[in-house]
Amino acid sequence: MTLEAKQVSFGYAGQGQERVLRQVSLTIRPGERVGLSAPSGRGKTTLCKLLAGYERPDSGQIHLGGKPLASFRGFCPVQMIWQHPETALDPLLRLGETLREAGPVEQRLLDALHISPAWLSRYPGELSGGELQRFCIARVLRPGLRFLLCDEITAMLDLITQAQIWRFLMEEADRRRLGLLIVSHNRQLLKALCTRVEQLEK
Amino acid sequence: MKKDWNRRKSAAVLFSACAFVLCAVTAAGLLLSDYAMETDFTQKNLSPSLSHLFGTDWMGRDMLARTLTGLSLSIRIGLLTALVSCVLALLLGTAAATLGRRVDACISWCVDLFLGIPHILLVMLLSLAFGKGLAGVVAGVSLSHWPALARVVRAEVFQLRQAPYLLAAEKLGVSRFAVARRHLLPHLLAQFLTGLILQFPHAILHEASITFLGFGLSPEQPAVGIILSESMRYLTTGKWWLALFPGLSLVLVVLLFARMGERLRQMGNPASVHQ
Repeated sequence: MTLEAKQVSFGYAGQGQERVLRQVSLTIRPGERVGLSAPSGRGKTTLCKLLAGYERPDSGQIHLGGKPLASFRGFCPVQMIWQHPETALDPLLRLGETLREAGPVEQRLLDALHISPAWLSRYPGELSGGELQRFCIARVLRPGLRFLLCDEITAMLDLITQAQIWRFLMEEADRRRLGLLIVSHNRQLLKALCTRVEQLEK
Repeated sequence: MKKDWNRRKSAAVLFSACAFVLCAVTAAGLLLSDYAMETDFTQKNLSPSLSHLFGTDWMGRDMLARTLTGLSLSIRIGLLTALVSCVLALLLGTAAATLGRRVDACISWCVDLFLGIPHILLVMLLSLAFGKGLAGVVAGVSLSHWPALARVVRAEVFQLRQAPYLLAAEKLGVSRFAVARRHLLPHLLAQFLTGLILQFPHAILHEASITFLGFGLSPEQPAVGIILSESMRYLTTGKWWLALFPGLSLVLVVLLFARMGERLRQMGNPASVHQ
């Protein structure tokens, strides 16, 4: 099962003819870790949103295992982790409830991500960005997951936490042969993590 | 154990106290409704005293009993109409924002239409159409107050639908119904409660004004609106207690209701846990 973007173009409504992405193609195979690097405003996050099915391309297709991504029902095998975890978690819901939203989460994951049981009864406003990001990671690592799109997920974390999270994600991805797309400005990070690095051309 | 007593708990206590007072007034009014109609011409136009705390009117009726009965009626009508119009607003606003462009255009057109007609005229027309009296007042007030809130709810739902946490929940395979219940409703609750609180005095005042104009309740019913409009005629002759006490009690009831809504919202807000 591969994840493919074929000649994808996309522009946000209200921008007229201007396109954020023009004729972009990208293929991610299982077990691959693709790095994506480009200056700000080039459409890295937009590409992630398209690949995860949050937005539909104006032209071109997103295919997963040869079928259009939009044809998958229920849990989407392609999941995206947002850059800002505080917007990706409902502020009025206790984190335990958010975590269990799509079904129970393995205790092993919580331990590996150092999610303390006390956090489960807290609201998102009470935890830090790094702590919240662990919840965002834990809730997408479900059995149906095939591809994980990481949109600058550790940009606001300290180095030790970054290393912790990435080590865990690498192990998990290797074990389950997940395809990873890693977006980052940090070239050193990409070099250390990825099997290949792609650039978004203007 | 002093630390256990936080603002959340005192909010709960205050909320219950307000609710209790409002319930007590409603119940007292119901029990006193017969006494409120009793006339005694030997006791007419008495200023406030120990036997008649709020005084008596020109037919010797006890004003305390009349005020309580009127408040009770007003609370019931206000609650009922505010609830009906808020639920209507919630449903229509959510429908407009989620069921596609056509439904949105349809509902938005209705909202504009309802907001375009002068409010009191609309209430009068609806009340007439439903045969005046209690049914007319309830229908008129509840069917005319939803558009403003529906518009707010619609905008709120539009905004919420773009929230990453809601989109993420959909991608995690959570059903649309569960998403609406878990992520939409709690966020709309604040709007809903504010709407309900603001609607309540509005509803009472509209009930009073269309009653005053002769399209509402019949004059023998001791509604606060009727008490106030009747007392206007006697105010110039120095019978100040006829308007003062019923008016003050109405303001008090409205304030109590507002306080109640405020506490309820405070309890629903996670940030208030630590206050």
